Amino acid sequence: MSGAEKIAVRVTEVTSLNELVTRFRFERLDGALLPTFSGGAHTVVEMKDGDVTRLNPYSLMSDPFDQTAYTISVRRDDEGRGGSLFLHNSVCVGDEMVISNPVNLFSLDLRAKKHLMIAGGIGITPFLAQIKQLDRAHGNWELHYACRSAALGSYVDYLTSTHPNDVNVYYDDQEQAINLESLFSGQPLGTHVYVCGPKGMINWVRGKATELGWPREAIHYEEFLAPQPGKPFEVKLAVSNKVIQVGEQESLLEAMERSGVDAPYLCRGGACGMCETRVIDYTGNFIHRDHWLEDEEHSSGEKIMPCVSRFEGKTLVLDR
Amino acid sequence: MSKFEFPTSILSRPVYGVLEARPGHQHLMIADAEGAEAILDIATPDLMAKTHIIFIPKGTDFADKLRTLNPAQFYEGPSYAASVSRIQRVLQDAAMGLQLYLAGTEGLMGQVQSEAMKAGIPHTAIQTEHRGSIARRMQCVHCKGITEDVAIDPFQCSHCNLNLFVRDHYSRRLAAYQAVCIDAEDPGNVPAQKGLYE
Repeated sequence: MSGAEKIAVRVTEVTSLNELVTRFRFERLDGALLPTFSGGAHTVVEMKDGDVTRLNPYSLMSDPFDQTAYTISVRRDDEGRGGSLFLHNSVCVGDEMVISNPVNLFSLDLRAKKHLMIAGGIGITPFLAQIKQLDRAHGNWELHYACRSAALGSYVDYLTSTHPNDVNVYYDDQEQAINLESLFSGQPLGTHVYVCGPKGMINWVRGKATELGWPREAIHYEEFLAPQPGKPFEVKLAVSNKVIQVGEQESLLEAMERSGVDAPYLCRGGACGMCETRVIDYTGNFIHRDHWLEDEEHSSGEKIMPCVSRFEGKTLVLDR
Repeated sequence: MSKFEFPTSILSRPVYGVLEARPGHQHLMIADAEGAEAILDIATPDLMAKTHIIFIPKGTDFADKLRTLNPAQFYEGPSYAASVSRIQRVLQDAAMGLQLYLAGTEGLMGQVQSEAMKAGIPHTAIQTEHRGSIARRMQCVHCKGITEDVAIDPFQCSHCNLNLFVRDHYSRRLAAYQAVCIDAEDPGNVPAQKGLYE
């Protein structure tokens, strides 16, 4: 079985935070303790929605050392493929679900002298766990958190009341914006920057840090790409000797799983590299959406990341 | 001739590159002896206006040439030991975005790299260019003493007098190659000395 080890859990709390964000608390069905994790880790939540099974990654936001429960906060995405809508509309206290062991692709670099965190919107969630971890170790950190409005600022009150000197909040509707240039200048040597939020914000932070001479080893970012719908296409899986159809609303990886093919995966968001698959033959065009493969690999037509990327054309044969 | 092509070796052995100017508001260039040539190769008036040079001549006469580049700050130190407290202070006061350039002998580059790592710069973000002497800074794995500028193999530990074999196994933390007793099982049976890479 691919992916991280699975854990059977029960939903023990569903808390609406604001118009868009709801928090879910999971406890183990067998009453045992959950594994500890490190701040920045995510869990992959299995959602059985009729005959569709979705596996979506969500950052763990609870205390990494609290083994009694995991919590995630989910922003409702009305335009997405339905994972967040399913959680918001169909999951209730008492439901049994399956989640994965924690996997961390956004961990703190503990060699850093200082951790500078930049969050946009729901991108706050991994930082909540990282802050708990750093507080325990008396770590040096500061947070800059941009959100649309006070009404949509999840955990702003909690953060500003527990850490009034380390948390800075910026509201878009009050035309407050992070001044990156001034934030970055004068940060002591050994500072690492972490950014989680919309793609535009990640690119802005990475670009500015690079322009100011920050080493790439000190710039950390996490962006989960949700698979995008697209035109249906047909794929031949050479190893499994199967021809499968990828539907409009499902990813190539999901189509393989639906057909009983055990394909490797970890993040399901184009970041970790686990599902990288060799292309044997193709006639048509790839729609690469991951940020794992290099540009040359994207244009080579030799590899594809089935968790987020698609294909348009006549034939596609994969080594799977 | 100040350039030397080191033969490829084990993964532990440091590999050096060629300095290039990188973006940043603050540049720190530290060199010894012929390492000055690597700075001279990339110096431009714009870059020098933002550069602090720390130079240890080791008997060479490059200091005046470096001074004429008109860097923002210039310091000439009589030895690494005499310069290290200044290097530590500059790193302590530096901000993110500092670009660090090292040039010259392996011993100098390795020791500054070790200080820079302690100050929080990832070692992979430090530029290095080897120039001049190919001699190594060696640590005796037995007594832990450091012998500087070792150019022959085997050599005698300057602390415990053991006969030591020069290995390519390197410690970034200590900024030294490891030297191991060559005649431990048959004392006195020491191969003839030869120069490194000969």
